[in-house]
Amino acid sequence: MTTTIAHPDNVPPVAFTQDELGWIPWLQPLTEAELTDRHWAGLVDASRSKSDYFMLLAHDPEVLEARTKADKDIFYNPNGGLPRAERELSATATSRHNGCIFCASVHSRFASTHSKRRDDVQRLLDDGLDADLGERWNAVKEAAVALTDTPSNFGQTEIANLRAAGLDDFEITDVISTASFFNWANRLMLSLGEPVPAKAK
Amino acid sequence: MSAQSADLIDQVLSISPGSRLDGLRRHREVARDNIQRAYLALFEPRDASQVTPLERLVVASFVAGVHGQLVLADHYAHKLSVADGSTGLSSVLTAEIERGKTHGPYGNYPEGPLSSENKSGPHYTVKAEHRDILGSRLVAALEHAHLLVFRLRDSSREALQVLLDAGWSTSGIVTLSQLVSYLAFQVRIVEGLAAVAASSEQAVNSNVAAPLAAAAHS
Repeated sequence: MTTTIAHPDNVPPVAFTQDELGWIPWLQPLTEAELTDRHWAGLVDASRSKSDYFMLLAHDPEVLEARTKADKDIFYNPNGGLPRAERELSATATSRHNGCIFCASVHSRFASTHSKRRDDVQRLLDDGLDADLGERWNAVKEAAVALTDTPSNFGQTEIANLRAAGLDDFEITDVISTASFFNWANRLMLSLGEPVPAKAK
Repeated sequence: MSAQSADLIDQVLSISPGSRLDGLRRHREVARDNIQRAYLALFEPRDASQVTPLERLVVASFVAGVHGQLVLADHYAHKLSVADGSTGLSSVLTAEIERGKTHGPYGNYPEGPLSSENKSGPHYTVKAEHRDILGSRLVAALEHAHLLVFRLRDSSREALQVLLDAGWSTSGIVTLSQLVSYLAFQVRIVEGLAAVAASSEQAVNSNVAAPLAAAAHS
């Protein structure tokens, strides 16, 4: 009989943070000894075999491979569209709205690194979605949140606000892709394991 | 290329080659291709031993349905009715989708400073009369799917144990979780692009003649 993995000694963080949290799975990830060529292809980067999260998702390698490649293009493709900082802001706002403390920690850190606006990012984490981040960031944040609602509330108001803040359609499409992608990621991270507090510095 | 192998998102949004939306999608061509590859990996899987093709369509139909994303809900409902034949699964599912519709995200945070942001909402369970028709695996899958769609921050280790107890394997749960989460992604890409298409249409409407706008409608 298969059972889930309990972590009785872990005390998961209870607030949003930009600290480097860990993550531990509730189901058994694959071990390196179990990996076939199909699994290595699914991991895309061999270094991901060191991650419990990716080794758990490697149970379905074809889906993982496609997901990873889509992820990298949506977030890292440097060819035009939304600046990286704002792709990460969109991911952070989505994770803040859904309540994924782990995802928000990773992507708020990236948003801070790429924007140099660490305090604004922290206010989004601390004060929540009403935090005033200035016209452009507010428009990105509010679009991500509207698209994250179920059913979606994303429509002409959000698009008009994004355009008024100076975004063209390529940038707006990146807002849509990044917020949508985190509706995929948040659900996996929240439901397959739990966050671990940052190591004391 | 057959209709079956054409890009699904292009299909449901009637995106034609060279159109404005096509250009926006092809600006992230690797993502575009892999969003389709993930769809094929989920619905034409290389290994269907842990989650059957029918189970995949039942869950997808439910998830698209409770999101209220009509074109995708139609797409999966149609695939399900073709795959299912006449066992009555489709009508049960239609009823369960109506019962499951609500507004998310809601749920509880771990106890602490975020507790003031806790938001209550329905905890969906399959109707008693439908449980035998669906079977224990699908009952557990739909209840878990509803948790993932609407109150994802209520996710727990115990919720996964319910799936294991209903006969889902570890790798089956990974596929099920990917399926629900992918659908949550897919419906938003479609909603978002449809809104962009509608906004271009408005811009066209205000400048040029109406027939152009009608052609852009999807």
